[in-house]
Amino acid sequence: MADLRTNFVGIHSPNPFWLASAPPTDKAYNVIRAFEAGWGGVVWKTLGLDPPVVNVSSRYGAVQWNGQRMAGLNNIELISDRPLKTNLDEIRQVKREWPDRAMVVSLMVPCDEASWKYILPMVEDTGADGVELNFGCPHGMSERGMGAAVGQVPEYIEMVAAWVKQHSKLPCIVKLTPNITDIRWPARAAHKGGTDAVSLINTINSITTIDLDLMAPTPTVDGKGTHGGYCGPAVRPIALNMVAEIARDPQTAGLPISAIGGIGTWRDAAEFIALGAGTVQVCTAAMHYGFRIVEDMISGLSNWMDAKGYQTIEDFRGRATKNVTDWKFLNLKYDIKARINQDLCIQCGLCHIACEDTSHQAITRERDGKRMFEVVDAECVGCNLCMHVCPVDDCITMERVDDGSFQNWTTHPNNPMAEKA
Amino acid sequence: MARKDTADIAAARLDAAQLARNFADVAPPLDRQRALIEASRCHFCYDAPCIQACPTSIDIPGFIRAISTDNLKGAATKILDANIFGGQCARVCPTEILCEGECVRNDPEDKPVEIGALQRYATDWVFEQNAVLFSRAASTGKRVAVVGAGPAGLACAHALAMRGHEVEVFEAKGKSGGLNEYGIAAYKVVDFSQREVEWLLSIGGIRVHHDKALGRDVQLSQLRREYDAVFLGLGLAGVNALGLDEEALPGVRNAVEFIAELRQATDKAEVAVGRRVVVIGGGNTAIDAAVQSKRLGAERVTLVYRRDAEAMSATDHEQSFAQSEGVHVIHYAQPVELLERSGVLSGVRFEHTRIEGGKLVGCGEFFEVEADVVLKAIGQVMLTDGLSEGGVDLLRLNKGRIAVDTNFATSLAGVYAGGDCVGGKTDLTVQSVADGKHAAAAIHAYLNADREVQHG
Repeated sequence: MADLRTNFVGIHSPNPFWLASAPPTDKAYNVIRAFEAGWGGVVWKTLGLDPPVVNVSSRYGAVQWNGQRMAGLNNIELISDRPLKTNLDEIRQVKREWPDRAMVVSLMVPCDEASWKYILPMVEDTGADGVELNFGCPHGMSERGMGAAVGQVPEYIEMVAAWVKQHSKLPCIVKLTPNITDIRWPARAAHKGGTDAVSLINTINSITTIDLDLMAPTPTVDGKGTHGGYCGPAVRPIALNMVAEIARDPQTAGLPISAIGGIGTWRDAAEFIALGAGTVQVCTAAMHYGFRIVEDMISGLSNWMDAKGYQTIEDFRGRATKNVTDWKFLNLKYDIKARINQDLCIQCGLCHIACEDTSHQAITRERDGKRMFEVVDAECVGCNLCMHVCPVDDCITMERVDDGSFQNWTTHPNNPMAEKA
Repeated sequence: MARKDTADIAAARLDAAQLARNFADVAPPLDRQRALIEASRCHFCYDAPCIQACPTSIDIPGFIRAISTDNLKGAATKILDANIFGGQCARVCPTEILCEGECVRNDPEDKPVEIGALQRYATDWVFEQNAVLFSRAASTGKRVAVVGAGPAGLACAHALAMRGHEVEVFEAKGKSGGLNEYGIAAYKVVDFSQREVEWLLSIGGIRVHHDKALGRDVQLSQLRREYDAVFLGLGLAGVNALGLDEEALPGVRNAVEFIAELRQATDKAEVAVGRRVVVIGGGNTAIDAAVQSKRLGAERVTLVYRRDAEAMSATDHEQSFAQSEGVHVIHYAQPVELLERSGVLSGVRFEHTRIEGGKLVGCGEFFEVEADVVLKAIGQVMLTDGLSEGGVDLLRLNKGRIAVDTNFATSLAGVYAGGDCVGGKTDLTVQSVADGKHAAAAIHAYLNADREVQHG
C-alpha cells in the first residue's frame, strides 16, 4: 500500500488531495463533511476585511459538451460573504477537531501593508497551517484592485508576498492567475518576494454561454451578466502547461507548487504531480459529484503507485518535468505512421474523413469496391489525428518507422539560425 | 366470462383500462433529455453504413447531429426530404435489419444508436408544430393520376406536387394511408396515420378521391387519356387462401381484415376476439394478428408456421416480441383440415412437416389445436382488376406483380408503378416510399422530356 502522506512547505496532510478555496470550503459544516469523506486538506474560502462582500443570485454558468454536464464551469461569486470573526472561529474549531488535516486559509485584502499586517495575526491565532494569497479571482474583486488585479502585476505580487513573509510565520502560498501572457513572470515575482510556494491556476476569465433568448451572458443576473472565472475539466490542459512552465523555469526550479485546474480523478492528480506538484487542489469535480469522489482518488492513486512500484509521492513527483522541453529540441527524425487494426475497425469512417478533409489524404476508404480504411504510408505524417477521432480504443495506433537517428531544429539546414556542427 | 366449448368469440374480454394499456404506444417517444443522450452516442460516421441500409437513404448522422443541437426543424427536413413517411417509418420500420442493424456501435457494444426512436423524436416535432417544410415549384400544367393512396402512391404524389404537377389520387378504400391505415398493429401507430396524411397533403396540388377502385370506378385507359402520366400504387389487395374445405366456416378469417377492424375501431372493446385463436403464417401480419388477439384478451393464441423461425419473414425482433406477449409459436406444421362442430369452427388439424431434399414435406403425423377463431396470414396477392380491359392485359406482369424497369416504368408508355404491387426488394413501408419517390423523379423527367425537346 503506497504512502500518500505529503509534507508541503511544512504543511502535513494524509494525502495530496486538498479542496481549493471556493464554495465547498466556505464554512465548518462543509469542511467537516469533506474531512469525514477523506480529503487531506482544505484551503478555506477566501477571507477579506469586514464588512463582508455581498454576493449576487445566479452565480454559475456551465458548458455542456456532447451530453457531458459541466465540462467547464464559470462563477461570478466573490470571496466569503460571512463576517471575518465567524470564519476565524470556525477555522479554529475545525483545525482543533481535525489536527491531521491541512488547514490553509485563503486571504484577499487591499494592496496595502496595513491590511495584511492586520489580518495575518488573526489567522495565525486560529492554529491554521498556512495562508494562500488570492491573487487570482478575475471577476468582481479585480474591479476593486484585488485578486487578479494584483496577480497581473509581478511587482505587486513580490511586494505583498514580502509583507506576508515579514508579518507572519505561517507558510505562504501565492495563488496565481492564468489571465496573463507568461506565467513565469508572476511566479518569479512570488519567488523573489519570498513565498514558500505557488498554487495555480486560478480561474480563467470567461463568458460561458450567451442565452440567445435573453441575449445576455450566463449566469444572468436580472438580464445582465459579467465575465467570470472558468474552471473544470476544460481548463486542465492550460493548468498542466502553466505548472510545467514554472517547474522547468531555471529561475523558479524547485519552487513548491500546489496544482489546481480541472482535477477530478487520481489520474489527473498524478499528471500534475508528475510535473512537480506537491499537492493538488480540487473544486469543480467536488461541486459536481460531492466530496465522495476523494475515495476513488485515494484508492486509485495508491493502486497505481503500487502497480508502478512507487512507495511515496516523492518517488514519482516531477518525473515528467525533464521531458517537457522547447519545440526546437524535438527530434525531427522521429517518424511514426498510423496503423489501423482491421479486426477492431467498426467502419465509421471518421479517420478517413478527418484525414481527407483536414489533413494529409493518407487514409483511403475502399478496397476492391468494399468499405475499408487503410493508411497510405507515403502520405502519413504521423500527426495522430486519426487515432484521436477513432471511437474504438487501440484500433488506431502509431508505429515508429524511423532509423533511430536524431536531429532537431537547432542544427537543421532549413533553420537560418542553425548552430554549426 | 363463462367459457364456451365452441364459437367462444366475444368483445370486451378485458376492462377498458386494461385495453387502453394494451393498445397504448408500444414504444413511447423519447423526451428531449433521452433524445440528446441517444444522439450523443452517434459517431457521425462518414458515408455511414446506416444510410446505405435505408431504402430511402435518409442522412441519418446528419439528422442526429441536428437533434443534438436542438435543430429539430433541420433534422425533420433531412428525414422527410428523403422519406416523406419518415414519421410512419420511425414507428414501423424493422430498424434492426435496416439502419440500426448496420450501426457501427453494434460491433463493440451490441447496442446500436436508437435511430428509429430519434427519427420519431424529430418528426413528431413537425406534426406537433404542423410545420411547413416543403413548398411547390411553379405549376407545370401537367396532370398525373395516382392509383392507390398508400405509402407508394402518396410518396409519389407528394414528390410530383413539389415539382409543380397537379396530382389526382384514386383510392379504393374510404381513407388514405393504405397499410399504414389498415394494416399495422394499433399499438405501433397510435393516432398517427391520418395526421401524417393530412400533413403530407397540406403541400397542396394533390386531390384524393376515396372509394374509387381501379377497374370498377376508374379505368386505366381512361386515366391514360385524361392525364399526362399515371402511377400505380395498388398494393396487394388480395389474400392467399389455405386451400382447405370449410374455409367459409364462421370463425375463419383473414388476418388483414382483423387487423384493419382493430385499427378502425375507436373503442377496442367493440372488437370481438376468440377465446382460443390460431394464426397461420410467418410474416409480420401473422405476428400483428397474434399479439393483438392476445392483447384483446384471447386466452390462448397459437401461431403455426410450416417452416422454422429463420424462414419466417417476420423479423427476429417481432418473433421474440410475440413470444414475450405469450403467443405460443409452433414451427414445422401445416394445416390440413379445419374442424367443424355444429356448423362452427372447433379447431384445426395440422400435420408436422420437415425439409426433405430441400423441399417441405408432410411427416404423416398429425395434431389438433382447438380454436374459436382461425386467422389466415399466409400472404397477400395483387388483384389484377383493372389491369386488363376487354379480356386483354394492358401491361406486362411478372410473377403476379406489375413488371417495371429500373425507372419504375411499366410496359405501357406513361404508366409507372411502385410499392408492393411491383414486388421490390422488400415488402416494407420504407421500400414503397422509396419506390414512389424514385418513380416520381422518373415521371418528372418523362413529363419534361417533350418540353426539353422543344427547347433543345
